[in-house]
Amino acid sequence: MQPFTTLTAAAVPMDLPNIDTDRVIPARFLRKPREAGYEKFFFHDVRFNADGSENGDFILNQAPYRQAKILVTAENFGCGSSREGAVWALMDHGIRCVIGPSFGDIFFENCFKNGVLALVLPPAAAAAIRRQLQERPGATISVDLEGQTLTAPDGSLHRFEVDPFRKQALLRGQDEIALTLEYEQAILAHESRRAAEMPWLT
Amino acid sequence: MPTMFEKIWSCHVVTEGPGGQSLLYIDRHLLHEGATHAFARLHRAGRSVRRPGGLVATADHYVPTGRGSEAQSNEEIRGMVEGLARSTREEGVTLFGPGDPRQGIVHVIGPEQGLTQPGIVLVCGDSHTATHGAFGAIAFGIGSTEVEHVLATGCLWQKKPKVMRITVTGRRPAGVTAKDVILAIIARIGAAGGVGHAIEYAGPVIAAMSMEERMTVCNMSIEAGARAGMIAPDATTFAYVEGRPYAPKGTQWDKALEYWKTLPSDPNAVFDREVEVDGAVIAPTVTWGTSPQDALPITGSVPDPARESDPARRQALGRALDYMGLRPGMALTDIAVDRVFIGSCTNSRIEDLRAAAAVAKGRRAVVTAWVVPGSGLIKRAAEAEGLHEIFTAAGFEWREPGCSMCIGMNGDTAREHERVASTSNRNFEGRQGKGARTHLMSPAMAAAAAVTGRLTDVRDLHPSPPPGERVG
Repeated sequence: MQPFTTLTAAAVPMDLPNIDTDRVIPARFLRKPREAGYEKFFFHDVRFNADGSENGDFILNQAPYRQAKILVTAENFGCGSSREGAVWALMDHGIRCVIGPSFGDIFFENCFKNGVLALVLPPAAAAAIRRQLQERPGATISVDLEGQTLTAPDGSLHRFEVDPFRKQALLRGQDEIALTLEYEQAILAHESRRAAEMPWLT
Repeated sequence: MPTMFEKIWSCHVVTEGPGGQSLLYIDRHLLHEGATHAFARLHRAGRSVRRPGGLVATADHYVPTGRGSEAQSNEEIRGMVEGLARSTREEGVTLFGPGDPRQGIVHVIGPEQGLTQPGIVLVCGDSHTATHGAFGAIAFGIGSTEVEHVLATGCLWQKKPKVMRITVTGRRPAGVTAKDVILAIIARIGAAGGVGHAIEYAGPVIAAMSMEERMTVCNMSIEAGARAGMIAPDATTFAYVEGRPYAPKGTQWDKALEYWKTLPSDPNAVFDREVEVDGAVIAPTVTWGTSPQDALPITGSVPDPARESDPARRQALGRALDYMGLRPGMALTDIAVDRVFIGSCTNSRIEDLRAAAAVAKGRRAVVTAWVVPGSGLIKRAAEAEGLHEIFTAAGFEWREPGCSMCIGMNGDTAREHERVASTSNRNFEGRQGKGARTHLMSPAMAAAAAVTGRLTDVRDLHPSPPPGERVG
């Protein structure tokens, strides 16, 4: 997993609440091999017209936002399906950080498992940053994961909370399976306790 | 005094890890074709499955449910089903594949086989895994990387969520189903209402439900934002589990039962959040928009964005109506549908099929209507009761088990602008096909829409409550 430490980049705002992962990546693309790249599936059915041309009205197709590496969202972004393809599509498009007042629980977890920082800010702060990005298209945001601070386009500094476990994993780009396998003795002990106490579970 | 969630959670903690996460032991891991990506990464890393006995796989998302299906002609779709068969064979994992009568939707076959039991922690790479919580288990959906992690280690790092109790009081009126109850709950707390929480459903309306009804309720927890939903196990639960293939037998059953009876939340347990819903005022419910929270009683009308004061909500509402092709203020019963889908992990079990057949019987579908049973065993049971004859005589299409048009991954999709009355769980933009318009409802309501060609209050079709109806 690619580590995440600091990021200063252009950001794109999305105002609609409850953007679900079906919209982020339609189901028919989930059978595609990961190696082939998921960039073109990102918001596919709203980003492209039926003939394959770009829908100019969609914000990701507008010049100042095309290079954005940060997405600033409204409530409950990534709700719905557990499809990790939503995060793969977002990453392959170049997004490394998603900022919003709340996220779908499974999407939130999937971000961290792929080296993407999902960053929760209070609703008013997230709304203010989206407004700044609309007023100054192409404006940048700086994120410092170690210091847990974010600098908005207007220069205001926001502190954010992040679970220490997830933070360390992102900073190190850690292989979580390797970490867990270090607990093999504890797992074996749990299994023998379980076999004694709940023998009906196989 | 602990909640049911806390009791089950604490007994599955292998170790407290760095930074406030727990390493949780996973009793059961259910797999479907989507696990193909995780198996590929696992094998590339030179790892193998740690505990194949804890896994059961089924083919559901990509299997064909009828002849001439894209699932048969499309090489990539076939490849997903074949990939699962190959990986499970290599790793010694039990697979209910195509042709096996036990094959079916993963959240249907777990309970049906007795794999789903009270007190366990169960995961699956699918957001509707909360279904299994109906048995008093912690069950939640996970992503592909987490699937790989559970395959390799049998465990998962998790941060303990908050616990919310939703109590449904009173008595459920005649003609009101479990689907109406959960749609009403989602409309009440919102699509983000349960974010960061596990939900425990409680109260007399829930306690009076059958296991299949409880599964319908827990199934849609994710549509309220909650990764897990659960219901205290009781005599109804135990009677359902007993005798199923993977259920404990003999003295093991007695031991298990003794333990399961200790699982319900203590009477004075404290929840992080409490919500009360009056079950007596719930009516047959349908969705009108593109989020499951956009649900209203069938007697209502399409909301008007102009009457919405919050600009963000007004924008979202306008966009939803535009996508759905609806006029503000029109009666919900004036909405004409183009097709009907009865199926999915929410509503494809035998009681669902009986409820739909009771409405279809002696009537005639005026639009294309599909019935997709949740498993091969449900299909057989329905045929033994003659339900397939009722459906086919009424012009409904009786199909093979699978996820089908709930998600359309096997090519079972609706066309652009086609309006579907559907018993599935998501009315998202494009969910049932690019540009397709979904209205969620119960099986009885979907069957009613099939025979009238429009959204219909099923109570108007019935002189008396439909058979299979249980009054709480």
